[in-house]
Amino acid sequence: MTDITPFLKDLLTAPGLSGYEDPAAEIISAKWKPLVHEISRGRLGSLHGLRRGTGTSPRPSVMVATHMDAIGLMVTGIVDGFVRLTQVGGVDPRVLPGTLVMVYATGAGGRRAIPGVVVQPPVHLLPPEIGQNPVPLEYLFVDTGLPPRKVAELIHVGDVISYAQPPVELSGETIAGHTLDNRASVAALTVCLEELLSRPHVWDVWAVATTQEEIGMIGAIGSTFELCPTIAIAVDVTFAKGPGASDWQTSSLGKGPTLCMGPNIHPAMHKAMKDLADRLEIPYGLEYAPRHTGTDGYATQVTAEGIPTLVLGIPLRYMHTPVEVVAIKDIQRAGRLMAEFIAGLTPDFVEKITWDD
Amino acid sequence: MKKLIQKLTETFSPSGYETAICEVIRNEIKPLAGEVRVDALGNLIAHKGSKSKSGLKIMLAGHMDEIGLMATHIDENGFIRFTGLGGIRPAALTGGRVRFMDGTPGVINSDRLTDLTKTPTLEQCFIDVGASSRKDCPVKVGDVCAFERPFLDLGNRMIAKSMDDRIGCAVMIETLRNLKTSPHELFFVFTTQEEVGLRGATTSAFGVDPDLGLSVDVTGTGDTPKGSKMEVALGKGPAVKVKDGGMLADPRIVNWMIRTAEKAKIPYQREVLEGGTTDARAIQVARAGVPAGCLSVPTRYVHSPSEMVDTRDVQNSVKLLVALLSAPVDL
Amino acid sequence: MPTIGNAQLKLLEKLCNACAVSGDEGEVRKIVLEELKGHAEDVRVDALGNVLVTRAGSGKKRLKVMLSAHMDEVGFMLVTDDGEGLFRFETVGGIDIRQLPGKAVLIGKDHLPGVIGARPIHLTTIEERKQKIPLDALRIDIGPGGGKVKPGDRATFATRFQRNGPVLIAKAFDNRLGVVTLLELVKNAPANIDLLAAFTVQEEIGMRGAKVAAYTFNPDLAIVVDATPANDLPGWDDEENDSFNTKLGLGPAIYIADGNTLSDPRLVRHLSETAQAEGIPVQFRQPGGGGTDAGAIHKARSGVPSVSVSVPHRYSHTAASIARLDDWKNTLTLLHAALRRLTPELLASERG
Repeated sequence: MTDITPFLKDLLTAPGLSGYEDPAAEIISAKWKPLVHEISRGRLGSLHGLRRGTGTSPRPSVMVATHMDAIGLMVTGIVDGFVRLTQVGGVDPRVLPGTLVMVYATGAGGRRAIPGVVVQPPVHLLPPEIGQNPVPLEYLFVDTGLPPRKVAELIHVGDVISYAQPPVELSGETIAGHTLDNRASVAALTVCLEELLSRPHVWDVWAVATTQEEIGMIGAIGSTFELCPTIAIAVDVTFAKGPGASDWQTSSLGKGPTLCMGPNIHPAMHKAMKDLADRLEIPYGLEYAPRHTGTDGYATQVTAEGIPTLVLGIPLRYMHTPVEVVAIKDIQRAGRLMAEFIAGLTPDFVEKITWDD
Repeated sequence: MKKLIQKLTETFSPSGYETAICEVIRNEIKPLAGEVRVDALGNLIAHKGSKSKSGLKIMLAGHMDEIGLMATHIDENGFIRFTGLGGIRPAALTGGRVRFMDGTPGVINSDRLTDLTKTPTLEQCFIDVGASSRKDCPVKVGDVCAFERPFLDLGNRMIAKSMDDRIGCAVMIETLRNLKTSPHELFFVFTTQEEVGLRGATTSAFGVDPDLGLSVDVTGTGDTPKGSKMEVALGKGPAVKVKDGGMLADPRIVNWMIRTAEKAKIPYQREVLEGGTTDARAIQVARAGVPAGCLSVPTRYVHSPSEMVDTRDVQNSVKLLVALLSAPVDL
Repeated sequence: MPTIGNAQLKLLEKLCNACAVSGDEGEVRKIVLEELKGHAEDVRVDALGNVLVTRAGSGKKRLKVMLSAHMDEVGFMLVTDDGEGLFRFETVGGIDIRQLPGKAVLIGKDHLPGVIGARPIHLTTIEERKQKIPLDALRIDIGPGGGKVKPGDRATFATRFQRNGPVLIAKAFDNRLGVVTLLELVKNAPANIDLLAAFTVQEEIGMRGAKVAAYTFNPDLAIVVDATPANDLPGWDDEENDSFNTKLGLGPAIYIADGNTLSDPRLVRHLSETAQAEGIPVQFRQPGGGGTDAGAIHKARSGVPSVSVSVPHRYSHTAASIARLDDWKNTLTLLHAALRRLTPELLASERG
């Protein structure tokens, strides 16, 4: 298996906020070009890579959806050179003070990336009721250090801002950085595509890097309708056990991907993937989603006439902070498991996905 | 145009019950468009033109419905309890006047509150139509009403209820009137039930299946005393929506709108709205996805009975929309 | 003509006693498929587990009418095994957690019995008893001997169906009353329409089944059959109860507007006129709040004129609901008459 870390680190240093995914799409597209037969962009910017299967036409297809968008911030106004903020996706303002960011400015002189810091004003410049409590986002600023006149020139309302924390390799073959949600899954899908180069598969494979998952699975809704797959697999990060996360929703870091079960997942597909993992002795965890999974799978399942859906999770600590942590091994295992699953899809698999009660 | 705005805003059509406003708008646009039809959810769809080689199928959406109230219970003394249709601000209720669809007028007031500094909840309010018992009350459970305020022309500013989104409808009608040529196939859709969840836009977008979608709706402003921290202000031009509480406008559309405004020397503002969304959100997720954006008319006091817009902003909105639709779209 | 006799009561009993939590509707699906045998040629189960039935009518210009009744009930999913027969659990669908302590439950396909206990009162303080017991402090207890139960399994309240004359008591009247009614309508489908019946899944967690079923069927109009709360209890202050939603004994409840759908006025009128013509008691559900499969169906494709009709029942989403036999009978009678009287002219005018 090739080393996925360089690609992942490359991807983690590119911005790609929900709605503004082009920089990430370019890196992924370049990586996938030699791994797929066709590559294109969907109507809402999702990247569609097609690996044609060996079966006779019309072939059934499996769509693997991994979202490439990242959460971040957006400029809502400028006051005396300080930038006012809103969130794009779910951002806990408590992790922001002191965070290094990059403002992707579109003002005078064209597009440029301006480094800045998210700052928490001193207590006497805040409403008294805040006191020592966390400061809500509306009172935080990004300070670029530039004089107010320059800021007003260069930065526009609506410009996007991403975390600037570079990826860091930690011990135990883990990696920390922002946007591992969900670039870790994109990496897993890439591992899967690499494996499939040497494994024949009957079914068509749509590798899809979706857009705007963080604000409502928008890209997945459109791509699923357009590609109309026979079955769908959504791969997203899930909560790993760690500080502040030890409950029933959490899984162990480094002990394999998770196989999710619940109303959002077709039980026959879950069973097929689980039996395969057991047979191949690939370690995995079980994840329970009593209601929804909060992933692209929530959209794929109810597109058009309904699509049997599976959700795979990659355990991740500190989700939606600039220092998310994943285990590289979990990414590789997820990729390999998907490749084996796809390679093992027989022409009649869909007839086997029934509701035999 | 002010006469049109007055006519539109003084019509009563809360979400789900848009027949009256549909008639008014249909009469305005019949001479201006090609085929005009009404779909299963009551959306009014006007078709204009055909797609040239450099053109797209474009759907414009402005919602015809307004927020309103629906009677849930008539008590034995003829007082009417109600639920809201769309986002109702309780603070705007007490003392307000309403008009039911059959013309019956009423006034809103509330239970006696022990703490007079608090705003009554919807459940604590009722409508009084002057009846003396359940039997002689002309209103039944399920009947709907909208707020009543006359249109006011202050010259540079206009005030009315339901500027949200009759002003958007007015902009669309005037655009249709002033549009000379277009390379695009256009669908001017006057949608229903936006205020209760973008329902009309959801189904009409599926039916129209456009290449590009643009909603025309109101947005808030940050220019009132101790108001929200928003850059948009009255009189600074129509707003190009970048983001709102429900969606991110397609950046290609944002750029197209800004380039067009700059080229035509039309003033404009960039808009990031914290709460609220528009029909564009529903159009964006129709079928295989539709690049979508929104042209916003800055409006103060949205969802109050007296919403205020700037006359020049409205005129420039028409100018901008005409400019956008007159030329090929360069995404 | 559909009637409600012993056979129908036995069927309702079987359905109410079956366990089918949203996402795990197999037990009810099995009963539905069994009941449909011999009554419809075109029966299939889709990707989400909906049972989709088509009974074509005869004659020219038939409306394609979709009827929908959801098979799922609110319940629980076990999420951890704490050992010694104790399991943490989560709710599936809207359940007030104050309804949970002290209840018996059934777990999994084998209906293994368990209980949700609570701290003995002797060991509580007055202050503590003012707070509700949080979900993460509750456990399903299957006994210290353990059993074939694991995280991921679903559980429901254990209440058994009973009838006392005109009164019915059971769990899951929402929506086994709808399911049993729809089964009778399919078995007695009138010839003037094409009847497209959807026994849907996952209504309680977002109308998921109905969304795809409506897309598949693409009907001309839809009528949803559900069960709705009757909150017709006395108020705490002796004032008139003005938010009762519906009342027991006043017949089927026609929806004008709920939290997700503004019913098509043409269909509301049609139901109301049918009731009047046929002498069937009806009530209008108080507008606002709640929702049915219509919330998803009316927004399918280019829009579907829709309305909902529900059997009133007290104590929805709790261990024990109460309904009246007459309300159920009148619901079935109303719906069948309304279907018989449907003509394409109904949709010839515009919505309004």
